[in-house]
Amino acid sequence: MKDFLQMPKVKIPRKSTWVDMTAFVDVAFLILSFFMLATKFKPEEMVPVTTPDSVSSQYIEEKNSFMVLMDKGGRVFIQLDPEMREPFIENLNKTRNLGLTRKEIKNFKSTGNVGVSFQQLKPFLAFSPEDQKNFNQTGIPIDSLGGELVLWIRDVRALVANKQQVNWFIKGDNQTRYSVFREVLTALKKNDLNKFSLVTNPIQPPVGTALYEKKWHKKEYD
Amino acid sequence: MTDIDVQEGSRHKESGVKKAKKLSTRIDMTPMVDLGFLLITFFIFTTTMSQPTAMDLFLPKDTHNEREETKVKDSGAFTVLLGKSDHIYYYEGMDPLGMKTTNFKKIRDFIIDKKMRTPSKDLVVIIKPTVDATYKNTVDILDEMTINQVERYAMVDITPQEYELIQKIQISNNIQ
Repeated sequence: MKDFLQMPKVKIPRKSTWVDMTAFVDVAFLILSFFMLATKFKPEEMVPVTTPDSVSSQYIEEKNSFMVLMDKGGRVFIQLDPEMREPFIENLNKTRNLGLTRKEIKNFKSTGNVGVSFQQLKPFLAFSPEDQKNFNQTGIPIDSLGGELVLWIRDVRALVANKQQVNWFIKGDNQTRYSVFREVLTALKKNDLNKFSLVTNPIQPPVGTALYEKKWHKKEYD
Repeated sequence: MTDIDVQEGSRHKESGVKKAKKLSTRIDMTPMVDLGFLLITFFIFTTTMSQPTAMDLFLPKDTHNEREETKVKDSGAFTVLLGKSDHIYYYEGMDPLGMKTTNFKKIRDFIIDKKMRTPSKDLVVIIKPTVDATYKNTVDILDEMTINQVERYAMVDITPQEYELIQKIQISNNIQ
């Protein structure tokens, strides 16, 4: 025991805990600048919709757009280009005798998606855009003849007349039933609209297919 | 007070030159890293990388005039029916009784096969989704037309006879 106690202490050299973090900072800010430049802010969505994939490479034109949204449960919503909202709601107020107040018209301007019947539009717009999330939107009434959606589309068309081109979009969830999609198509067709765009998530064409060959051959000759 | 101390100290030193104390150039970067990564996580969560794309869809006008209806050659017709739970039924020509079952993975080969065998001006793919199909099914099959460069295709309503046939197949194959 005594010998043991008299043994010289093993000295462990003290190393500094200081780590040079310069490289770490460099990487962090590099990634940060990448994310700031390469991404876009998510638009605020009241209706969660997961769109299907497609090989289409054409980007969406947001100007003068009218979008019909279909969610998982088959509810139908509309979304209008913010610039067109004010003249649209004032026109709608007259044609449908909604009796909206100034405040309600102002609320419509900042509302994202509208999915209520004309009857419920006034109580819905009485809420401020922040509280509208709590409002139970049942979707725009729609049936095999198009339902109220026909009237919404008709009003948009009447408003712009031939002055400007409206881009018609349909955005549906993967799980939306085809029957709902067909009803939306009926509503558009009833207004003599035959050309519209479906909102999708871009993917690359599968290797070896006709489209893939076309894409690559084109690049070779360019 | 400190200043006085320093002055007294320097007076004792033989050389009167005041030596500036060498400061370390090392800076503690931990808060900077923290902030950097906080911002990165913020940007990851609030932004999106992929911009949505638009897929154009043209529909023919509804017509009840016999003469205006597009005629399809029997030999060039290929009908694709979309059924329940991602099943596809297809038949060539005009006889629905020769209907076969497949799925989204295999349909491409059948379309390519039909395209190879048919003169390009005769080939018409007729897409008939049933009420049991989903929106994704419809978009996928339309996309398949673009992928395989099928020039003529149409989306048409299903006939009651075809729907009955599909339901029979679904029952016999126990497709829920």
